[in-house]
Amino acid sequence: MGKKSMADHALGSVKPSSSGKVSLIYDPRARGIFYQVLTVFLVALFVFMVTQNTIHNLQKANIASGFGFLEGRAGFDIGQSLIEYSSDSTYADALLVGLLNTVQVAIAGVITASIIGFIIGLGRLSQNWLIAKICQVYVEIFRNIPPLLVIFFWYKGVLSILPNAKDSLELPFGMYLNNRGFAFPKIIPESGFGIAVAAFIIGIVASVIVSRWARQRQMQTGQQFPIGWTRLGLILGLPILVFVVLGAPVSFEYPELGRFNLRGGSNIGPEFISLYLALSFYTASFIAEIVRGGIKAVPKGQTEAANALGFRAGLTNRLVIIPQALRIIIPPLTSQYLNLTKNSSLAVAVGFSDVVAVGGTMLNQTGQAVEIVAIWLVIYLSISVSTALFMNWFNAKMALVER
Amino acid sequence: MSKKLLSAALGAAILGVGAHAASAATLDDVKAKGFVQCGVSQGIPGFSNPDDAGNWSGLDVDYCRGIAAAIFGDANAAKFTPLSSKDRFPALQSGEVDVLTRNTTWTISRDTSLGFNFRTVNYYDGQGFMVKKSLGVKSALELSGAAVCVQTGTTTELNVADYFKANGMEYKPVVFEKEADATGAYDAGRCDVYTTDQSGLYAIRLNLKNPDENMVLPEVISKEPLGPAVRQGDDQWFDLVTWVHYAMVNAEELGITSENVDDMKANGGPEIKRMLGAEEGSKIGADLGVSEDWAYNIIKLVGNYGEVFARNVGPDTPIKIERGINALWTKGGLQYGPPIR
Repeated sequence: MGKKSMADHALGSVKPSSSGKVSLIYDPRARGIFYQVLTVFLVALFVFMVTQNTIHNLQKANIASGFGFLEGRAGFDIGQSLIEYSSDSTYADALLVGLLNTVQVAIAGVITASIIGFIIGLGRLSQNWLIAKICQVYVEIFRNIPPLLVIFFWYKGVLSILPNAKDSLELPFGMYLNNRGFAFPKIIPESGFGIAVAAFIIGIVASVIVSRWARQRQMQTGQQFPIGWTRLGLILGLPILVFVVLGAPVSFEYPELGRFNLRGGSNIGPEFISLYLALSFYTASFIAEIVRGGIKAVPKGQTEAANALGFRAGLTNRLVIIPQALRIIIPPLTSQYLNLTKNSSLAVAVGFSDVVAVGGTMLNQTGQAVEIVAIWLVIYLSISVSTALFMNWFNAKMALVER
Repeated sequence: MSKKLLSAALGAAILGVGAHAASAATLDDVKAKGFVQCGVSQGIPGFSNPDDAGNWSGLDVDYCRGIAAAIFGDANAAKFTPLSSKDRFPALQSGEVDVLTRNTTWTISRDTSLGFNFRTVNYYDGQGFMVKKSLGVKSALELSGAAVCVQTGTTTELNVADYFKANGMEYKPVVFEKEADATGAYDAGRCDVYTTDQSGLYAIRLNLKNPDENMVLPEVISKEPLGPAVRQGDDQWFDLVTWVHYAMVNAEELGITSENVDDMKANGGPEIKRMLGAEEGSKIGADLGVSEDWAYNIIKLVGNYGEVFARNVGPDTPIKIERGINALWTKGGLQYGPPIR
């Protein structure tokens, strides 16, 4: 009996035994269940022992534990903050400031990296020898330098050699550039500004509706509608028109030279700029290669077929090549977005207050190493999972719908 | 086959986590491995700083060598782990270092909730500010609106927040993890002000591009008693680390130096003989868990407190720090060694 079952294994034709004659040890289903239960048990045991060991060691070292410390007064200041924060705020607030800074640099970096990446990726495919080579050199340089060095390049090599506040580079519209960052006028909305904002939102909604209507009409009648210009007019033209009609209801607070620094206005510090530029340029080199690969992967026959149908080059790209290339591009693009987010933790090196930098300070003030490392893990995991979910949704939307 | 591998790996993992990192009897561990592992800074001249060949020197380094001399009769049985101010506490908690001799401020929260013990202060310090002379600032109270470079995870970071708040001033903190990055940013003009303990400011000023163009402001905004930290719950080790410092202070008070220590041991008064282990039937050393000539070894191999201070940070060194409040209590300072008897 046993021999027969072994032979079945060897032939790879295992059937669930329904006869009841096979002994339980040789029943593949029973064995499968047994192994799964064993694995779950061992994993649970492992987690249990690690937890017990941690608790034991923390107690032995007389270290307080738990998350109660988050309610305490932080006591330290943070240079860059998107929300109201002072040293009187709690540790939880400080962590939120750090988290928002991380999210801010990640979103800005993802957008910029995608734009640069697409341009460079298309440039590498250009018929123009010079453009293709320049793009290739860009990719080879930024892809082969560790991101930390790219950050240092921007921070120490570019931004810190800018003039000091007294000799700031003056740019148009009351903007200044110096080694304390980029200062620009702060926009102060006055009454009526809200209407312009509302017009902008109405413009977006209206353009979506018009697009849908235009597509349906084209499907039914074949007639085309100048949708591009309509969208531009609705999204940009409408709010600008409203804005001008209301008599430009904003005022500006211009940065002025104080005793130490430019005061007033808005300021973006060199820490953020260097991290943002470095992450964008670094990740863009990978995205460029993904884009090039995606476009190359679309068979040449698709272009020829589109040409045969009488499509112009622009339409061929927009309606035939890019939609197919996107299906190949999106999955690896997700990995690059996740990498960019995780690389933003290198902010510590240039003193940008991201969630790792702020958490590190908290860790040191409170000594709650286990708790804070756990918080870091949860935060990065949540950001990554959210990004992945969004990209999966986008991927599903772009995927070939097979009928 | 794979099952065997799996169970072996799991078994190893369980055994691995079963072993506890920090053992209670640090002194036994240290004796068994044959050297003391001390946590020091990543390089503050005069306190703990490596030279080109990787040899460490400084006030805190000599404290560590004193501990090694007391245990092994060999000042070189000490190894140094450079730690950032952020990493120092986890390193001590986890047992990576035996003792933290790293210009660490003794505060109540570090003494209690972080699970450490402090008792001796080998340098009384206070936080100050350094600025560029060209700014024309004469007092820290003129610093409203300035950008301040500071190292993360320090009491400095908290004191500066308190000071500016108490005086109704604004500032923009620029926070770095490594001392070198923070001072580099100050030197490059990213900040108007650099702040840390005054001793550190004098030491760091030497490493700037143009030391003479920078000045330390007169205000001292905090108390920074710097001393060694050990883990709570090991009194024997805590006692030993504590008494190494007191032996050095008492030696200075009694006039024992590394040069005359042999003579003093043979011909000194009863107090000196008792301390240096020349008294018949004394068991001071045994009670500490080391040999009877522990204090003799410290003085002979490392020196008394005055010698160590003069050699590392005193007026004849480039750092040029006066004894000030770090003088002996008999000379108007705060250094006071309880009696060795």
